[in-house]
Amino acid sequence: MNASMLTKQIIDLEKTRENYNKACTAYKMRIVICAGTGCMANGAMSIYNKFREVIAERGLKADVVLEKEEHHHVAHNDKHAAAGESQTVNNNFLLVQSGCQGFCQMGPLVTIYPQNILYTKVKVSDVEEIVDRTLQKGESVDRLLYECHDTKHHVKDMNKIPFYERQKRIMLKLCGHINVNDVDEYIANGGYFMARKAVLEMTAEQICKEILDSGLRGRGGGGFPTGRKWELTRINESDTKYIICNGDEGDPGAFMDRCVMEGNPHSVLEGMIIAAMAVNASIGMVYVRTEYPLAVQRLKKAIKSARENGILGENIFGSGKKFDIEVIEGAGAFVCGEETALIASIEGHRGMPTMKPPFPAEKGLFGKPTVINNVETLATIPVILEMGAAKYRELGTETSKGTKTFALTGHVANTGLIEVPFGTTLREIVGDIGGGVLDDEGNNCGVDFKAVQIGGPSGGCLTKEHLDLPLDYDNLRNVGAMVGSGGLVVMNQNTCMIQIARFFMQFTQNESCGKCVVCREGTRQMLALLDEIIEGRADAQTLELLEELAETVRIGSLCGLGKTAPNPVLSTLEYFRDEYNAHVFDKRCPTGNCEALKTYRIIAEKCKACGLCAKKCPVEAIEGAKGVPYVIDAEKCIKCGACINACRFNAVVKG
Amino acid sequence: MGNDRNTFSIKFDKVCEVLDKHECSPNKLIAILQEIQEEYKYLPEDIMTYIATALGISPGVVFGVATFYSHFALEPKGKYVIKVCDGTACHVRKSKDILQTLEKELGLSGKKKTSDDMLFTLETVACLGACGLAPVVVVNDEVHGSMTKEKTIELISRIREQERQEMNK
Ligand SMILES: Cc1cc2nc3c(=O)[nH]c(=O)nc-3n(C[C@H](O)[C@H](O)[C@H](O)COP(=O)(O)O)c2cc1C
Ligand code: FES
Repeated sequence: MNASMLTKQIIDLEKTRENYNKACTAYKMRIVICAGTGCMANGAMSIYNKFREVIAERGLKADVVLEKEEHHHVAHNDKHAAAGESQTVNNNFLLVQSGCQGFCQMGPLVTIYPQNILYTKVKVSDVEEIVDRTLQKGESVDRLLYECHDTKHHVKDMNKIPFYERQKRIMLKLCGHINVNDVDEYIANGGYFMARKAVLEMTAEQICKEILDSGLRGRGGGGFPTGRKWELTRINESDTKYIICNGDEGDPGAFMDRCVMEGNPHSVLEGMIIAAMAVNASIGMVYVRTEYPLAVQRLKKAIKSARENGILGENIFGSGKKFDIEVIEGAGAFVCGEETALIASIEGHRGMPTMKPPFPAEKGLFGKPTVINNVETLATIPVILEMGAAKYRELGTETSKGTKTFALTGHVANTGLIEVPFGTTLREIVGDIGGGVLDDEGNNCGVDFKAVQIGGPSGGCLTKEHLDLPLDYDNLRNVGAMVGSGGLVVMNQNTCMIQIARFFMQFTQNESCGKCVVCREGTRQMLALLDEIIEGRADAQTLELLEELAETVRIGSLCGLGKTAPNPVLSTLEYFRDEYNAHVFDKRCPTGNCEALKTYRIIAEKCKACGLCAKKCPVEAIEGAKGVPYVIDAEKCIKCGACINACRFNAVVKG
Repeated sequence: MGNDRNTFSIKFDKVCEVLDKHECSPNKLIAILQEIQEEYKYLPEDIMTYIATALGISPGVVFGVATFYSHFALEPKGKYVIKVCDGTACHVRKSKDILQTLEKELGLSGKKKTSDDMLFTLETVACLGACGLAPVVVVNDEVHGSMTKEKTIELISRIREQERQEMNK
């Protein structure tokens, strides 16, 4: 190693933090526009541009950090320093784009600091008023504040909004708060201090022990203790070792990893650096699914600025140690989230799982010892070092320590990304944070949900009887569900559970890699059996076969995909047996969702006995007389729907 | 047909460039195919064979990888690739209705995915990671959230109108 390499600019974290904080005192307000995928889709960029325009029009001054400007990084550093020195400028605003703030449903979001004012559902036409009243006069624009659905009360301080107030955002703390494209902001908030500590002050054993002591378990689904995984990799001697960050997040209905990669990419890199120090690895890779272009772009940018600051590269933090990270884009295969398949995919093959052992800790990527961790697991690592293992352990339950993010979606008032300690109950998540369940018309019905699906295609359903169950790895497993990656899909009373089971079966059947017969053919046959039930062709034997097959697929499959594929079916069979029975024996779908089982009937109270429906019926299935409500003969009915269209009193219903 | 020969060699110039960038390493096959697809919008068969030869692996291996991953297309796609999310969150919020509306509007079906004028390709995907906005439709890389039948029809008319204007220019 030559001298110039060693003297390459190594960032002074303290100085950067100090400069940045000094610069911040020069800003009167910091305006944060959420630029997560959700808010972007609702027009966050036009709002951002409008802010720039209006601020300029009013003759105000604002510093902006543009995402597209490749060279902004250096210029921006200078800018912070300059603003810090000239303390006299005190009418400046800082306009930044952040990653996802989690409250996607309410987007586009605009937050004003230091007042913590959160404006929801902001439109371009609102921007002038915000600039004139909030920026210039310090008043709030009440109609844009979040309104509590029960008290109708406008909440000014974002931290007082129930959605945020009931959460414990420690891993997500900076997500949606900092500018994703500015490494200085990350550092000013304590970022990379723990990576530096791991590089310069801790031994590999110490790091492994700290993480083991924290009780951290993998957030990617399996829940394997991370400290143990690292220790197993550490003790394997090898010239090369790899750290892989699993950002494949294929579970439909889950998006926490996307939010972290988009909203705080540096925290993922920092976790990887610490992992590298714990096992003496020199190469890191982030495997991101192709559906997340923004995550790829932001990670690449973050890696670039980390390199420029000597945080990644040949000589990290001037220690003489080498560690660099590269981003790899997936190509669209759910099974590649499985660690051995993911390794095969990085090596350029079809992403098919292989038998374990050997585990990646012994023989991973290119046959070398490899640590594979989930995005959230890695982003939690710096938090643990900062808090200390003992303090981190205080959060959560006996067997599951710390916090977990969940993607709360489906029929719930506040959809979005949340972080809560393990042990939080569904009542708190759905009722308090989620703000209640919505029916098909959008009415709020409190916690009256039918089921909450957790863990995606590998998981199961929770029902109202589980409202007060403390959610953690083991409790969930005991009731036939799993934490999985953390997708929580709330379903209202109008959801057909057989169709949900079919939905997941279709998913696993599509995604089965085809390597083992039991998984490939078993899932296909299970799907066919579910179709029989939904289409009214099933009998008692169908149910028996379905259960038997579920067991075979569970036992006989090679990887986690097949092993867990029957879970959604088994879980709905357990909790919604009556609904299966209604489909199979009564040929009736209680929620009226299954087309083939729908029947038409006339509500006697509403029928005016006009006879129009009977006239329109092509098969003469409707009978009645003047003054007597008409009746549909189910045997004759061909379910064409002509009667519904004909009735002017909404007396004909389908279901 | 001199002209043809010309475009043919240009075609392979780009392939060579991508191959060089990845040092003809078979381990980089997926990254290579991704870049090729970015250029051509799909993976032409002759190019896959060419890549196989250059990497010293059998065309079957390249073909096997290309068919394994859903991101790779073996047939040309329309100018606008419309992806309807059928992830769990979108599914329970009735993404099927959106899909049916689009199929009707574009005259496409489960088997026929690309319109004859090569303007639209309709696909379903399992979760785009924007579940907070379910149901979600993505046109090329642009995300459209909280879709309804009406919004879907409007979206298509907007694209068609835009195309008409461009044609007239
Ligand atoms: C079919 C299947 C899909 C998986 N998908 C993911 C995924 O998308 N993201 C992830 O982090 N782990 C996924 N896993 C789990 C990984 O195999 C692995 O256990 C995990 O990445 C380890 O990281 P952790 O210990 O930090 O959780 C999947 C497993 C299976 C069987
Ligand atoms: S389920 Fe549609 S975006 Fe996730």
